[in-house]
Amino acid sequence: MSLVAILVSAAAPAAAPVVEGAGEAGPGLPQMDASTYPSQLFWLAVTFGFLYWIMTSFVLPRLGGVIEERRDRIADDFDQAAEFKRKAEEAEAAYEAALADAKARARAIAAETRESLNEELAELQREADARVAASLAAAEARIAAMKEDAAAKVREAAAEVTRAVVEALIDETPTPEAVDSALNGVAKAA
Amino acid sequence: MIGLNAAGPMEQFEIVPLVPLSLGTIDISLTNSALWMIIAVAVSAAFFLAAIRRRALVPGPLQSTAEVAYEFVADMVRGAIGQEGMKFFPYVFTLFIFILTANLLGLFPTIPGAPHGLHTFTTTSHIIVTFALAILSISIVIVYGFYKNGLGFLKLFAPSGVPIWLLPLIVLIEFVSFLSRPLSLSIRLFANMLAGHVILKVFATFIVMLFGAGATFGWLSIFPFLGIVAVTLLELLVAFLQAYVFAILTCIYLNDAVHAGHH
Repeated sequence: MSLVAILVSAAAPAAAPVVEGAGEAGPGLPQMDASTYPSQLFWLAVTFGFLYWIMTSFVLPRLGGVIEERRDRIADDFDQAAEFKRKAEEAEAAYEAALADAKARARAIAAETRESLNEELAELQREADARVAASLAAAEARIAAMKEDAAAKVREAAAEVTRAVVEALIDETPTPEAVDSALNGVAKAA
Repeated sequence: MIGLNAAGPMEQFEIVPLVPLSLGTIDISLTNSALWMIIAVAVSAAFFLAAIRRRALVPGPLQSTAEVAYEFVADMVRGAIGQEGMKFFPYVFTLFIFILTANLLGLFPTIPGAPHGLHTFTTTSHIIVTFALAILSISIVIVYGFYKNGLGFLKLFAPSGVPIWLLPLIVLIEFVSFLSRPLSLSIRLFANMLAGHVILKVFATFIVMLFGAGATFGWLSIFPFLGIVAVTLLELLVAFLQAYVFAILTCIYLNDAVHAGHH
């Protein structure tokens, strides 16, 4: 048996029924046998109708429902996430504000402290200045008094000397007025 | 010797009555075709009912698959018709799942030695089944089209912007094209299923013949075997694709009914 013969004999049954079917109804294409149509149509209607009923009554509402539910849930979760984000941003803003506030307060306290310290310092300075000025004035007064005192004593000594000199020279006691005027004349000349 | 009594490639489409039934004079016997329709509906219903048993917010694999199917068809309907088309969603979904399941079930190999009539059967390889589904879709289009638009639905045959002298010709063409819709819809699915299964069967016959030829040519049977593997993969794609095409075309035709005025 050659290969060709085998293939031909294998293909023969494939071709034969089609050729027969093309002629009259009978053992040809089973699809063309109209006597089977009512049964096929009947069972198609029954089975397709049943499947449609199952789908519309049970499957599709529940499947659609769960898909819808999931979509809602995801949308909700997104909303919630946005809400959380908003809250976090608020908290951050509040924190920033508190921080700025604290900084400002710290600055204020620092400035206040500095000012009060400065005031205290100035006060002390003033006090010290006053004390120094007072003791300076007292010292000056003392110096002036001593100067006056010394001048008076010098004048007295000069008068004494003058009197003594005059007594020695002319043996006459000059009047104090004369001594005074003489001393004044010398003092003016000096 | 199972398999060596190779049946003709058309025998797989044979309708075999299993339980004789009749409604008056009409024969509605439970046939192998009916059995496989029942299996298809049972399988898909069981799948979807199991998938929705726990309506989990985080779905398991079963529920995920069901949701993918739901979203797939829902997007198809919304894309072709728009949001108002969602009222047809249950129908399109059922149609898609029914055809898809029937197509896929037909690709299961027959258990060797199965009794006569209990071989794997593809219900969608019968023109009367696909034609009935096509007529159902077109009927919905026509009924809803007239219900929604009244006689305005007839504008479907007269596209706007056509010169008046061309109108009779255009109307004729549109009318013929409208009539051919159920035919193209049903023949496309039926012919795809038929051809795929015939090819599978022919390859299978080659294997048996070559194997029976003994040592000289027996080893050659590996080629049709590889052919079967390839065609089966292709048929898996076709099974899905044809269900999709049927559903999307139904959506496109329904769009005509929903928006009859503008096109």
